[in-house]
Amino acid sequence: MTGNEIVSETSTKTTAGEDILGRVEEMQRGLDGSYRDEIVEAIYQDAEAITRKVVRTSETASYPWDQKLDRIVTSRIWGLPFMALLLGVVFWITISGANVPSSLLAEGLFWLGARGVELFEWLGMPWWVTGFIWHGVYRGLAWVIAVMLPPMAIFFPIFTILEDLGYLPRVAFNVDALFKKAGAHGKQALTMSMGLGCNAAGVVACRVIDSPRERLIAILTNNFMPCNGRWPTLIILATLFVAAAFPPAFAAMAAAGSLVLIVLIGAATTLLVSAVLSRSFLRGEASSFTLELPPYRRPSILRVLYTSLIDRTIFVLWRAVVMAVPAGGVIWLLSNIHAGGQSLTVWVSQWLEPVGRAIGLDGVILLAYIIAIPANEIVVPTIIMAYTGAGMMIELDTMAELQHLLVNQQGWTLLTAVCLMLFSLLHNPCSTTMWTVYRETKSVKWTVVSGLMPLAIAFLLLFIVAQTAYWVMGLAGW
Amino acid sequence: MYSEIHTSTAAQTICLDELNPGEKGTIRQIKGTAGEEVHLMELGLLPGTSVVLIKRAPMGDPIEIRVRNYHLSIRCAEARSVMVERG
Repeated sequence: MTGNEIVSETSTKTTAGEDILGRVEEMQRGLDGSYRDEIVEAIYQDAEAITRKVVRTSETASYPWDQKLDRIVTSRIWGLPFMALLLGVVFWITISGANVPSSLLAEGLFWLGARGVELFEWLGMPWWVTGFIWHGVYRGLAWVIAVMLPPMAIFFPIFTILEDLGYLPRVAFNVDALFKKAGAHGKQALTMSMGLGCNAAGVVACRVIDSPRERLIAILTNNFMPCNGRWPTLIILATLFVAAAFPPAFAAMAAAGSLVLIVLIGAATTLLVSAVLSRSFLRGEASSFTLELPPYRRPSILRVLYTSLIDRTIFVLWRAVVMAVPAGGVIWLLSNIHAGGQSLTVWVSQWLEPVGRAIGLDGVILLAYIIAIPANEIVVPTIIMAYTGAGMMIELDTMAELQHLLVNQQGWTLLTAVCLMLFSLLHNPCSTTMWTVYRETKSVKWTVVSGLMPLAIAFLLLFIVAQTAYWVMGLAGW
Repeated sequence: MYSEIHTSTAAQTICLDELNPGEKGTIRQIKGTAGEEVHLMELGLLPGTSVVLIKRAPMGDPIEIRVRNYHLSIRCAEARSVMVERG
């Protein structure tokens, strides 16, 4: 019918076209309803015949261990606890495994930096050249490599093994009911898993969701999965404030547990925000969810190493390095340009102080987050630099020294740590992620939303948490 | 050919998601809008195809089925468009 209308509208002269369309319609009416089934069935039979000819399979189609594993992994009772446990084990291996290489790398890189300073002094370079290059740019770079490389080199291969094994589709299968209730797509669980590595990669991965509405929801909420750049901050806080409260034997486990809790809060926020979006600005019906559950496969070691180390670790590290170099320079400049007797760092953080206090943080932390918009990796070193006023990212050899600086000198409490962990989880995505959102959505509006919405949520939640805590502490007379 | 089967066995067909875990069925009819029908057929769910309901997800939805030698997960809402005959 529509075909006829279009034809008659566009050109009444093409009677030949009308004739053909009329004939087609007539013939379709003559067919019985199952003609399409028959066509598709014939295509399938052809395809299966070709498959039989060219593909050889071993006769034992399903392995017993395959089914046993699947029974646990997607079990009604154990499926969801198993996911949380697996996540905890992955974090535990990452934290305890990265500890030693991280401090060795830091030691080596800072030693090299000290030699660099000596070289520049011997060459008679002006102090500000030495400062900018070695204390600013180089130290930012060294910190990012030392802090990020070891955990990534452990986390990404484990993640790739799980991917290769075929576990990730099972995760989507397990939790789809939650996403359905939130009006979102079960495959969002896959894009969230990618976000644990890098949000920019997670946003690109949202292409696997066909429905534009559900894809946009997945893009806008991907930020609530803490990415690799935020892990160092979370790991340091978990180690200093959570693990320290436990005996050494359980410290790494307690830290891993608190990280699992952070991810669960992130997942809950994702579902909640998805539900609100799909009932307001992005209203619509849940589309279909169809996902192949591939058989479990033995991961190929070479492929795992290549994908995780070259495609992911080096890619993410390179991006961090490119961002850390200018940021290190900016920190050094802000701390060394003085106006009215104090450095720009002090001016800005004093101005931000009341806002920071209202949400349980302080002005220095907010300043660090502004400087770290290009790369979240440098939040902690920036905070340290601003506190010490040294104008450089000083090296703190041990966690004990860092704890002394934060707790004894700057008065950080458990509340500060909790608020900072929540802020790290919820705040605006980095500039690379936002640029990726723009590339994927081609919309300035949604790019702005993807930045401001998480920031507003972070401020609101932290304000409630901090004010409640202040009020309770006031009642208790602290 | 299929329309004959519809009329003779219509009373015994149930929705795909009504099968018990481990139970086998044969697809008799795909209902739903043209778009949904095409989508399900593209996945290999055609009248005459045999399917096994493997299990349900921890929260009851979606379900895992085996069809044409591969495992597929679909939501119950879509499985309700697939009418099957037990066995």
